[in-house]
Amino acid sequence: MNTRRRRRLLRLIVPSVLGSAALFSSAAAQTGTGRGPAPTLAAPKSPAKAPGVEGFIQRWLILEPIPMKGQLTDTAVQTAVKTDYFPNQFIVMPQHADTVTVGGSELRWHAVDTNGYNVNLYHFAYALGKPTSNALFWAVTVVNSPREMPDIRLAIGSNAASVWWVNGKEVIGIYNDRQTVIDDGVSRRLTLQKGPNIVRAAIINGGGATDFCARFLDREYRPIKDITVSLADRQ
Amino acid sequence: MTPRLLAAVLLVLVAPLSALDGDPRIHDPSTVVVHDGRFYTFGTGNGLPISVSDDGWTWRRAGTLMPAIPGGRPGPEVIARGGNNTWAPDVIRSGDKYFVYYSAPGTQPKAAIGLLVGRTLDPNSPDYKWEDGGPVVWSDGVEDSNAIDPGVFRDPTRGSLWLTYGSYFGYIRLVQLDPKTGQRLHPDARPVNIAINSEASIIIYRDGWYYLLVTHGSCCAGANSSYNIRMGRAKSVTGPFLDNMGIDMLQGGGKLFLSSGGRYIGPGHFGLLDLGDGVQKFSCHYEADLDRGAVSVLDIRPLMWRDGWPVAGDNFKEGTYQIESVRTGTALELEVQGMPVGGLRGRGGRGGRGDAVPAEVISAQNAADVSASWPAGTINLRLSPYMVQAQQKWTITPVAKVGGYPGSPYFKITIAGTDRALAATEDRDLVTLPAFTAGAEQLWRIDQLTDGTYRVMPKSVSNSKEPLALSAAGSSTATLDRFSADSDRQRWLLKTP
Repeated sequence: MNTRRRRRLLRLIVPSVLGSAALFSSAAAQTGTGRGPAPTLAAPKSPAKAPGVEGFIQRWLILEPIPMKGQLTDTAVQTAVKTDYFPNQFIVMPQHADTVTVGGSELRWHAVDTNGYNVNLYHFAYALGKPTSNALFWAVTVVNSPREMPDIRLAIGSNAASVWWVNGKEVIGIYNDRQTVIDDGVSRRLTLQKGPNIVRAAIINGGGATDFCARFLDREYRPIKDITVSLADRQ
Repeated sequence: MTPRLLAAVLLVLVAPLSALDGDPRIHDPSTVVVHDGRFYTFGTGNGLPISVSDDGWTWRRAGTLMPAIPGGRPGPEVIARGGNNTWAPDVIRSGDKYFVYYSAPGTQPKAAIGLLVGRTLDPNSPDYKWEDGGPVVWSDGVEDSNAIDPGVFRDPTRGSLWLTYGSYFGYIRLVQLDPKTGQRLHPDARPVNIAINSEASIIIYRDGWYYLLVTHGSCCAGANSSYNIRMGRAKSVTGPFLDNMGIDMLQGGGKLFLSSGGRYIGPGHFGLLDLGDGVQKFSCHYEADLDRGAVSVLDIRPLMWRDGWPVAGDNFKEGTYQIESVRTGTALELEVQGMPVGGLRGRGGRGGRGDAVPAEVISAQNAADVSASWPAGTINLRLSPYMVQAQQKWTITPVAKVGGYPGSPYFKITIAGTDRALAATEDRDLVTLPAFTAGAEQLWRIDQLTDGTYRVMPKSVSNSKEPLALSAAGSSTATLDRFSADSDRQRWLLKTP
């Protein structure tokens, strides 16, 4: 990346993440619709973030939840996540505070860093005064790889069902009511391309707690940590 | 191929399970050794008969050892110390040589154990020949010893080589060998008595313990043979070897390892076959195979370990199973939407509706009940909590005429009640095919591991030279990976569904 482009990227990210900081501290309470800050989530404070010690991806853009009633069976979940909710939902790389309209409601994308291995969607939605149950969450992030990495796997866990895409290709789905278990669903072997790779997920919760975790594993099932995570798909 | 013809072909392909295939006849087999990928064992008989297998499952007789030594018979010193017979050999590789120890009894208990030294077991090799190494130990016919039934052991802690021998007329004895020559390292040292009232002795080692396995009972009477394999253990190679009740094998102790069972009577002559990767098997002969006219045959079976003792496993038997990952506790299933057993139904209040216990018995779910909604072509696999559903039940059946592995033929693994077959893909993953066609990627090797769990491997995978095993990549994901003995990832439980 040349200096000019890097500066442009910083300009893109830093103001937006500073804006999101308020959502997870005082702003939500000020609006009267939120319930206080999410204890496990914070606004990103840097343009890129390395995975945690166990390789978990800790930076995501998350769309406010879409109300979703129904079962969590394979068929029901596949039908739900393949429904068109907003334009270009399988290819868009949103920015923090972008909005989409779903069913007449305006929903906002939020950039978040989690302080744990998982992303607590209950904290996320609760802080925003949004429903935590019977909800569909869209999440997207960008994994920057220093080189092409063949024969690796995306390993995810979610509460509850979820479907995942890497660079537009569906790679894993797990269904039914379930708890988040590290490396629950593991994709078939795939290749991370050098540079940015978009990881996208749709998580559907029935009731109660809801969260997800994700990391990449090498062919020996060791976490891949020499990547960075950002929220922009262009370098 | 019409469905009826296909069914007929598949019927022929289903193999009956037996103690090995081909011609496994043998008595007093040596330890089974692997040389250039081929399995060899030697037994009692004129000239020491050779049995060979290319895969450890299908065996053939392949002549005898003695024609390859000068004179074609035991050397004069061996005959002088013992006799003309050639019985119950054992074999070990030491450096670039093979040592074959064999019994040369005269009028027992006058007997000798002779040594043959060679560099290859392959009769087609230009290097194939055996040299007479002379007598190693002997009994004079008066002392409390009968120098037959050699068992040779390399101590992995020191690399030292040991020979046990003896049969009923007194003690089982132990002497140390020279790994370079195969002869006694200290020929003037007094042999150590380590057991009594037994024969076919051999030592193995594991986790700081030396195990002495011997055969009790009587041989050579067909279905009336009472042979059974017993054992004791010691912290030193020289003993004392105590059984599970603390009784010294010098006083007749011996924990049972294997006795008669099923169609096989009189197991004896234990031999360890360590295949690496934590996979151990043992060989023995049965005095009588009831499916083969009660003749004596070789068998190879899984060796397990429990509470510090070896346990005789059984080769895998056909049946219907759930395939549960030891790593995750989830079960292999078709990637189809499951249907609750009994169908979707309200359960009423907790404990059900009404005051009475319902009399309704809900039938087991079979594939015919739910498979109409399954795709017709290939279906992927995954792991899920076991819910006793049809897509989670697998019928595992031996397949004839496609080869095998030590102790067992290959199996096909199909969804119970269907011909939908588990198959390996060329990208090292798994699918099910609509029908079994006997391709190598649809044939499975099922080895019981030393902890009693199973390793499940395809016969071959296109584009992969490394051996691969069924592997739990995650709680919900099954794949193929190289087997690692250090992990539960490739260990499976095969449970009755």
